[in-house]
Amino acid sequence: MELFINQILAGIATGAIYACMALAVVMIYQAIDHLNFAQGEMAMFSTFVSWQLMQWGVPYWGAFLITLVFSFLGGIAIERVLFKPLAKAPILTQVAGFIALYSIINSCAGLIWDFTIKQYPTPFGSSPFLGSQLISTHQAGMIGLTLLMLLGLFFFFRYTRMGLAMRAAASLPESARLVGINTSWMIALGWGMAAAIGSVAGMMIAPVVFLEPNMMLGVLIYGFAAAVLGGLTSPFGAVVGGFLVGIFENLVGTYIPGVGNELKLPIALALIITVLVIKPAGLFGRHIVKRV
Amino acid sequence: MTTLLNVKDLRAYYGQVQALHGLNFSLSEGSLTTLLGANGAGKTTTLRAICNMVRSSGTIEFDGQPLSNRSTENIVRLGIAHVPQGRGTFTNMTVEENLQLGAITRTDKGGIVADIERMYGYFPVLKQRYAQQAGTLSGGEQQMLAVARALMLKPRLMLLDEPSFGLAPLIVRDLFKILGQINREEKVSILVVEQNAQLALELADQAYVIETGRIVMSGAARDISNDENVRKSYLGY
Repeated sequence: MELFINQILAGIATGAIYACMALAVVMIYQAIDHLNFAQGEMAMFSTFVSWQLMQWGVPYWGAFLITLVFSFLGGIAIERVLFKPLAKAPILTQVAGFIALYSIINSCAGLIWDFTIKQYPTPFGSSPFLGSQLISTHQAGMIGLTLLMLLGLFFFFRYTRMGLAMRAAASLPESARLVGINTSWMIALGWGMAAAIGSVAGMMIAPVVFLEPNMMLGVLIYGFAAAVLGGLTSPFGAVVGGFLVGIFENLVGTYIPGVGNELKLPIALALIITVLVIKPAGLFGRHIVKRV
Repeated sequence: MTTLLNVKDLRAYYGQVQALHGLNFSLSEGSLTTLLGANGAGKTTTLRAICNMVRSSGTIEFDGQPLSNRSTENIVRLGIAHVPQGRGTFTNMTVEENLQLGAITRTDKGGIVADIERMYGYFPVLKQRYAQQAGTLSGGEQQMLAVARALMLKPRLMLLDEPSFGLAPLIVRDLFKILGQINREEKVSILVVEQNAQLALELADQAYVIETGRIVMSGAARDISNDENVRKSYLGY
């Protein structure tokens, strides 16, 4: 029983990271109707930036905040430079753009910081949380920080004018322009926020998976699985999906013999395919019905 | 009366197809003008061209300022509210959020709250449904919401694209009565595009008739509705 609870809690902890990645993916998907394959690499690059800052002597939370701002601006810059000109391009062109972005960021990180695995610190420590063997302080911190961020985002989108404008721009761009919203900038802002959310996921998972240019590949695929499970049209669903996928991953890894680290990615992919076949809109997604 | 909107030699294109062939018309401040014509005559295109939502040439001046080279959202910010065909309701948001979106360019918080209440005065049914998803409203209610949302901008000019479309005749009568009231009380100039010519002519003071992308008739709404030849050949009633 203790093993079971332990695995559930550990699942919630990694699930928090998947929830962040899924949320970042869904935010961009809602704005431009495409999956950002480079979301994980953007997060990885941000994490390297924070690591570099710490190498230069910036304290953890200082580096954390600077990295958030850097990621936000970087996300906006990527949208302005690469995806705004591609906005009306066919889907394959966009996909090519995402893949290009993926490999550019990946190679640049390798070039600057090389491919060796690096230790990454945790601000929460890794002792048992409240004296319990069930969960470590880092895992508890990960969950707490993620929930805090999700709460902040919820209030932003629900209760602020800017949040309202961003939701309007994502759901009906033409109507949004007709009430005077600059939808193009709202999309850029969405990219910035998605990049910042991703960077939090990167900095939180780095102490667990270690820092290297390919660290986010598995995390992103689980993030995709979470987004698909929750429904690509639902930010709330993405978050729930993240936690569910995290728990699922841990339980399968523990109780089904033969599923070790090697089979973790196929499990995520199998999950994606299963959801798409059985319930394509996901748990909380809307079926988009178009009146003709 | 001063001219609020002046359109000269307006041509509009969808790809290679030309939809407007040199439209000329103007609209004076405070007036309620209607643009009539059959399906495909270019009514919607004219409204879309005013808001720069379709490729066009010619000059459109609003209050003396040329509108070409301005983006849709910047044109809206000048005080031109456009209720598009199909109403453009934010269906997955609440009624009140739709109204707030109408005022998204404004910064006077108190004024916005007061204006939302004023809109509930014009359209009491919206007040009953303020927390409801706008997509669950009936067609008539959504049209009222669209008009109210447009008014939240505090526009000087309101463009309405077939407000009667898909609504029961009684509801259309109510809606048009309120439009007339808004025009008089709020001093909002209105340009309404309609297929329901009879009703639009009753409401408007000025009318233009458009056929295959050209203005073929203009004048006081009363004169046009009294002219039997015009009615029969262009308006079909």
